[in-house]
Amino acid sequence: MRHLMSPLDFTTEELEKLFDLANDIERHPAKYAHACEGKILATCFYEPSTRTRLSFESAMTRLGGRVIGFSDAASSSASKGESVSDTIRVISCYADICAMRHFKEGAPMVAAEKAGIPVINAGDGGHQHPTQTLTDLLTIRTMKGRLSDFTVGLCGDLKFGRTVHSLINALVRYEGIHFIFISPEELRVPDYITEMLRSKNIPYEEVIRLEDVMPKLDLLYMTRVQRERFFNEEDYIRLKDFYILDRYKMTLAKKDMLVLHPLPRVNEISVEVDNDPRAAYFKQAQYGVYVRMALILTLLEITVE
Amino acid sequence: MLNVGKIEEGYVLDHIKAGKSFALYEHLQLDKLDYPVAIIKNAKSNKMGKKDILKIECDINSLDLDVLAVIDHNITVNIIKDGVIVDKKELTLPKQIRNVIHCHNPRCITSIEQELPHIFVLADEEKQIYRCKYCEEKYSESSQRK
Repeated sequence: MRHLMSPLDFTTEELEKLFDLANDIERHPAKYAHACEGKILATCFYEPSTRTRLSFESAMTRLGGRVIGFSDAASSSASKGESVSDTIRVISCYADICAMRHFKEGAPMVAAEKAGIPVINAGDGGHQHPTQTLTDLLTIRTMKGRLSDFTVGLCGDLKFGRTVHSLINALVRYEGIHFIFISPEELRVPDYITEMLRSKNIPYEEVIRLEDVMPKLDLLYMTRVQRERFFNEEDYIRLKDFYILDRYKMTLAKKDMLVLHPLPRVNEISVEVDNDPRAAYFKQAQYGVYVRMALILTLLEITVE
Repeated sequence: MLNVGKIEEGYVLDHIKAGKSFALYEHLQLDKLDYPVAIIKNAKSNKMGKKDILKIECDINSLDLDVLAVIDHNITVNIIKDGVIVDKKELTLPKQIRNVIHCHNPRCITSIEQELPHIFVLADEEKQIYRCKYCEEKYSESSQRK
């Protein structure tokens, strides 16, 4: 039995298979419409998340399965003091697979150790969000046809943004990746990431102005400055609108550059960019469903001929 | 210089950073064992200026000393048999350590989950970096003082 805790749990070959399956689901949805009939997905969300939870629910429903679960800690037995270990033991009796989001880092791993069913980490605090990374990779691979040889700009909160850290870790496994980190001084990418890049001889630059590097980028990954990651409201207010991607900045970009964003966006991408053919963030949400469908099938070891 | 008698069989842990011998005593759980132990604090050292030394009279197979490498990898472990040094043990970093050091990341699941052991995994042998198995927080000596 396998679980998904980190995007690195799968080898690049296994990811290729997963993405091929996701692309086949996209092309032939009817073929998979009953693949999970009789199966139940438990969505255990100790922290509110509309997008990820609905994406999982949509994925399981499109596979013909059913969904049970809770959407915040207050409506779960955690409010009565139940441990994650005990909760997952009980959930294992009710469901065939579990997607867990928790505000504490490592909670899904504790669940995986005790579970009798596959557990998917649907986000654990500021630590990992592997299905977002799988979504990002599938979007890039589908829209660009490859996962190698890119200049990738990551912009915004590179310090607290778990999606950014996971994506960097996932992309370093491919050839020819050059990173450009665009952030204010206070939100720079952590040292352990730059240390890792130096140890692997992977080129990177750190800059403050987005405009200066726009022409170089093949991919631009925008992130939101998240209020919940700040202890100090003043710092949040000062930094939240540091970057705004608008129509003017898009004129500086390559004709085939892709703009990605894990969503929700606030002000960091102006709505005037939404209709630009290079804006891929809503397609990304669609690919998120396909990749979660592929993941559920893979972890449940269900094959569809 | 203070003189402490020779031991017949056991270990002499030398070159312990001055002031760290009590921490080692605790990590080896010597307080729960019945072995004769001498703790020498702030002994003169040509190499270190000041150092601590621990002498433990015991069966030489009775203690797992590799855990000491996590605390201080510069410790010299002398193995004593019949009153003389028969070997110097090289400390190897354990791949995983359980309930020796604690994760102090307030966002880690170990901070709330009952009975969950604190497990650290050797993430980088060359740089001697341990990370919490659950949240990947790096172990640092300063975090343990919190």
